[in-house]
Amino acid sequence: MSGQDFTTEGGHGAVPLQGVPAAKPGHGSEREWPLYEVFVRGKRGLNHVHVGSLHAADDEMALRHARDVYTRRNEGVSVWVVQARHVAASSPDEKDPMFAPSGDKVYRHPTFYSIPDDVPHM
Amino acid sequence: MTTSDTATDAQLSALEARFEDTIARSERIEPRDWMPEGYRKTLVRQIAQHAHSEIIGMQPEGNWITRAPSLRRKAILLAKVQDEAGHGLYLYSAAETLGVSRGELTEMLIEGRQKYSSIFNYPTLSYADVGTIGWLVDGAAICNQVPLCRTSYGPYGRAMIRVCKEESFHQRQGYELLMTMMQGTEEQRAMVQESVNRFWWPALMMFGPPDEDSPNTAQSMAWGIKRNTNDDLRQRFVDMSVPQAEALGVTFPDPDLKWNAERGHHDFGEPDWDEFMQVVKGNGPCNAQRIAHRRTAHEDGAWVREAALAFADRQREAARA
Repeated sequence: MSGQDFTTEGGHGAVPLQGVPAAKPGHGSEREWPLYEVFVRGKRGLNHVHVGSLHAADDEMALRHARDVYTRRNEGVSVWVVQARHVAASSPDEKDPMFAPSGDKVYRHPTFYSIPDDVPHM
Repeated sequence: MTTSDTATDAQLSALEARFEDTIARSERIEPRDWMPEGYRKTLVRQIAQHAHSEIIGMQPEGNWITRAPSLRRKAILLAKVQDEAGHGLYLYSAAETLGVSRGELTEMLIEGRQKYSSIFNYPTLSYADVGTIGWLVDGAAICNQVPLCRTSYGPYGRAMIRVCKEESFHQRQGYELLMTMMQGTEEQRAMVQESVNRFWWPALMMFGPPDEDSPNTAQSMAWGIKRNTNDDLRQRFVDMSVPQAEALGVTFPDPDLKWNAERGHHDFGEPDWDEFMQVVKGNGPCNAQRIAHRRTAHEDGAWVREAALAFADRQREAARA
């Protein structure tokens, strides 16, 4: 019939997955507001957790936008924003030696040590 | 990812194997992981157009904000339309993790190069449409979106979890609105039925063409991007909606709609797929109006975006001096 694939799971209704450009990096014609990453503390006693990102011209606007976009239903008691370009990240490659040292140091885990069952409170 | 440009064949097949392995274990793919170009492009199209749908989706209901019949209904509608903006922003944010720019996505929307859900190209002719959209259109969206919380791409799944939490409010406020009208006058009941008659078939079309006309479904399902076929989701939606309609006291405009005890599902008629394709191609009742409105909002806002940047630049310079 259509010869054009649609995915229903374009969420709010079917959208075509063929005959539509996918966009390439950095092709917008306007200078964009910088991208900020947003972290929200859900309630007192919890860490801030990354929830997403947004665009803002400066830090203050980023905080205001973060409140409107990510905390409309009491999702948080505190918000951090940081420009995405300031985030340093490890390589996603599993072969990366970054996490290897923890693999061969089993003695760092409590289960490494066998203690008789009748010793209390261990 | 640029890795593929420089990788040797052996390296590439190792990367592919690891990707396939991650999918097979039902683990998530994260933004900086290597991924096949086809996977990335499919995701960009799907997430971007989902975002566009949320943003354009503000218009049909926004039409009624100034004419809502009470302060209570106006506050609810404002909150709902604000949520749609929020959903669009979560999704644009997820699309950007795939390396595309927000600005370009917006331009592709207003130039009509990327699409959005056809349902928003139908007009909201009566206030009852606000209720029907919440009940049927958001109900269909929930059917689509709940399985997407488990989609293989991490940022998309996380955005969908947030969206789904809020979507439940949307559906319930719509249904409650219609219940209230059904308890009103004969005229109000007729308004609800008329609205349901207009939206039932377009809501069924939201699930897309039948499975046999969706040749790439298998690939999307293998990648874990898509979790159910169009027909499966449509059936689920019909089965859910029939008892809700009975409770409300309205009917659906389909003479073929009846329970099939053998299948354990409702049988129903075929939507008009020619109409669907016409609307997708831009010939629906409101396509031009929706895009023109979005373009005007974008262009009228340009000076604000520029001024905010200029202000931020100046503040930074002042801080350095």
